[in-house]
Order: sequence, then structure tokens, then C-alpha cells
Amino acid sequence: MVKLPESVGEKFRFDDRKIEIVVIGASLGGPQAIKAILSGLPSSFPLPIVVVQHRGISSNTALMYFLTRSCALPIAEPEDKEPIVYGKLYLAPADYHLLIEDRSFALSIDEPLHYNRPSIDVLFDSAADAYGQRALGVLLTGSNCDGAAGLANIKRHGGVTVAQDPATAEAPEMPTAAIAAKAVDETLKLPEIAELLKSLSSAGTPKSRSRKKALK
Amino acid sequence: MELAAITKEKLDRIEVKLLLEAIHEAYGFDFRAYAYASIKRRIQRRMEAEGLTDIAALQDKVLRNPETLERLLLDLSVNWTAMFRDPGFFLTFRKKVVPTLRTYPFVRIWLAGCSTGEEVYSMAILLKEEGLYDKARVYATDFNEPSLRKAKDRIIPIDRMKTYSENYLRAGGKGSLSDYYNAKYDRARFDSSLMKNVTFAQHNLATDSSFNEFNVILCRNVTIYFNEDLHNRVHELLYASLVRLGTLGLGDKESIKFSPHEDCYEAIDEGHKLYRKIK
Repeated sequence: MVKLPESVGEKFRFDDRKIEIVVIGASLGGPQAIKAILSGLPSSFPLPIVVVQHRGISSNTALMYFLTRSCALPIAEPEDKEPIVYGKLYLAPADYHLLIEDRSFALSIDEPLHYNRPSIDVLFDSAADAYGQRALGVLLTGSNCDGAAGLANIKRHGGVTVAQDPATAEAPEMPTAAIAAKAVDETLKLPEIAELLKSLSSAGTPKSRSRKKALK
Repeated sequence: MELAAITKEKLDRIEVKLLLEAIHEAYGFDFRAYAYASIKRRIQRRMEAEGLTDIAALQDKVLRNPETLERLLLDLSVNWTAMFRDPGFFLTFRKKVVPTLRTYPFVRIWLAGCSTGEEVYSMAILLKEEGLYDKARVYATDFNEPSLRKAKDRIIPIDRMKTYSENYLRAGGKGSLSDYYNAKYDRARFDSSLMKNVTFAQHNLATDSSFNEFNVILCRNVTIYFNEDLHNRVHELLYASLVRLGTLGLGDKESIKFSPHEDCYEAIDEGHKLYRKIK
């Protein structure tokens, strides 16, 4: 049982914040980090989780297979116009951008961003637009700058943003860039991120005993 | 009375909506039913390229400056395409659809949203190799005039041919892609014989109606740019334009599952997005 740092507890312990979607971005070292934060989630986890893991252009089932074995949630690579279903894990397919369009997915074959397709920025930007303050953005290990701008966008829309502690990341550049861009509410180690996700209750608000207001 | 400030996402949405309304009102181009997330990205890229920092400023520039409009239109309407894109689709088409087409005296094929022609050349080559070309009539349509002009030219930059040749082979190509074109300097030009039974026409899936009944309709990676309403409208049109037992082919990440008339089709190959109209 990992105890969250006090500051995180404060941030998430207020009444009118409901998280309705979790978006995660990862690059080099991603699969292991994703496994670390998702493997403890119950199959009854109530929110949709959408993942962009930088990947090669040829479609391969290895990543899907790895995540299927790492997480209790049902997992799919979404198709265009597919509705977002609560409690499901979605993985961006190879060589497409994954966007959120209202409460469905949209796929795009627009050019790569920072040489990446799928791009984390593309997902995060659209999540910020579609979910505003009800989005939780998580940026993990990676050796490029994709995701920093998108995470900043989620923060600008009032959503909650978390970066993996660069000191614990296989590749620190991506979370470091986000921190430098002032896009991050909380910098956490992987077990702490896992704990945070677990604490999101069925109402999308973390279980809290006190009714303290959030400190922004 | 104190008015609450609107959220950033609402402000952005209003700005995008106003820009698209302005373009439609001023110039008649209608992007209002395009999918919001992707069109917003394209608008923002154009905005940054013009050295502007908000969409309202882009709207202003577009209204006062036709060259800016042209650049924006290009950004909004051109969609990337390739020959034998998703080769597995064409391979599956050869294996599972062609045998049925052989039994018809005539085959009418509609390539809806043909863009700059790559899919047209691919289909023409496939039909030739399967011995179906002479009894086939291919209608290739797009709403974008410059794209249609390019498609009619049959010219592809030579540096793409290596990838296209690989795609061609993986799509079940029986010879060599170079059998079908002549190369000169940095360009390859496909044989005019490939276009003998092909008709190009301008057609807007958003506004125009059905113009014929077809045995095969391909509409691949077109509706990914449309919002749900427009997507549904297009599917109504495609359904109305397909003969019973005709074949509908969609893009790799599209599905009949999220469209009206879903229950009027059965999957020929769900993985490769080939469907048969059964009622």
C-alpha cells in the first residue's frame, strides 16, 4: 500500500472535481512503465484509459498482447467513430494519430508530429478539448519532447497533469520537458501514479475523508 | 449581473465554428460538418504558419486575403494517400471479391473520394491483372478540383515508387509495378490505357446525391475527417448507391459498426473492411 505524498492528496481531495478520462503518453521504456501503473487496477475500474505508446509503423500485436497480460481491463485499438466506453483500456494503433471527438474516437493519417504517429500531443490536445477539467493526463518515460505541449494544454483547460519522476524514468527527457514547460501538477514515481489511479472512485473523485478545497 | 467566463474549450470551439461559417458564407466551401478535433489541428497549423496566435485573426486574414484562403483550403482538403495502401485490403479484394465479379457481365465501381488518384491506378491495375478490366467501368470522384486534375495526369514522383512497388507485390501483384508506367527524370507516368474505362468527376459526398448503382464502392479514409452526422449522411448515400449483394470497402480503421444500416451488411472480411450489402 503506497501512501500518496500529502500535496497530491490535497490536490485530489475536493468535491467538484470529477475525472472522467485518463490519458497516458509514453515512449522509450513505456511498456514497462505502463504495466507498473496499470497492473494493480481492478477489472471494475470505472474510467476509460487511453494510451499512446510510441511504436513502429508496422502494426504488430506484441504490444497489445503485452498490455492484455499486464492489465485486468479489456483492451482494444479503437476504430474511427468508436464510442469511448468506461472501464476499457484503449491503445493508439500503429501509424495513426488517435484523437477524441466528443465521446468517440477519431483516427487520422495526418503527418507525424515530432516524427511520431501516433503522437501524444495529438491525443492530449483533443482530450483537453473534449474533457476540459475532467481529464487526467499522465506523461511517462521517453526520449523526445512529444507530450509536453499536450500536457500543458490539459493543464490550461483545468485538467490534472502528472509526470513520471524523471529520476525514475528509463528515458527522462519526455517528463523533464513537460516539467520545464510548467505543464505538470505533480511529479510522481510509478508506484505513486499507480496508487493515484487506484484511488479514483466510481464517481471519478478520489475517496476522501475531509472536504478540503483544492489548492491550485 | 456577473457573467461567468466561458471555458477555454468552449471559446476554441466557437472560434473554429465561426471560421468555418465565414469560409462557407464568403466562398461557399463547406467544412462545417468536419470532425472537430482533426480540423482544429489543421486550422491551428495554418494559423501558426501565417504567424498568427489566434483563430479569430486567421478568420480575419482569410476573409480579406484570398491567397490565405487558398493556403487554408489546401490544408483542409488534401488527404494523404498511397498506391495499394493497406496492401492486405487489395489482396483480400482479389481473393474474396473478384471471384464474384467474374460472374457479372458488367462491373460498375465507384471510388468515392479518390483524391489524387493513387487508389484509381491501384484498382485499374488490379482489374487488368484479374482480367476484369474490359467489362469494368470505374467512376472516380472527389470534391477537390486540383486533386482530380492531378489524378487525371497519372504522374507520381519517382521517389515513391519503391514503396508503391512493395505495396503492389504485397497486394498480390502478378508482375511488376513498373510494367504500368514510364519513368522520366524524377517522375513516373502511368499508361493512359489504364484510364480507358475510368471516368473522373467532381462529386461532393457532403451535398450531392446518388448518381448510379454500383457493384463495388470504395470509400476509404474519407469519413475519418467527417463528424458523426456527415459520416452517417455519407453512409446513407453509399448504401443507396450499392446494388444488393454489392461490395463496400472502407479504410483500415473504419467500420460499418458505427454507421446506419449496419445490419444491412454482412462482413466479407471484417479485418480488411470489406462488406456485402444483404438487404
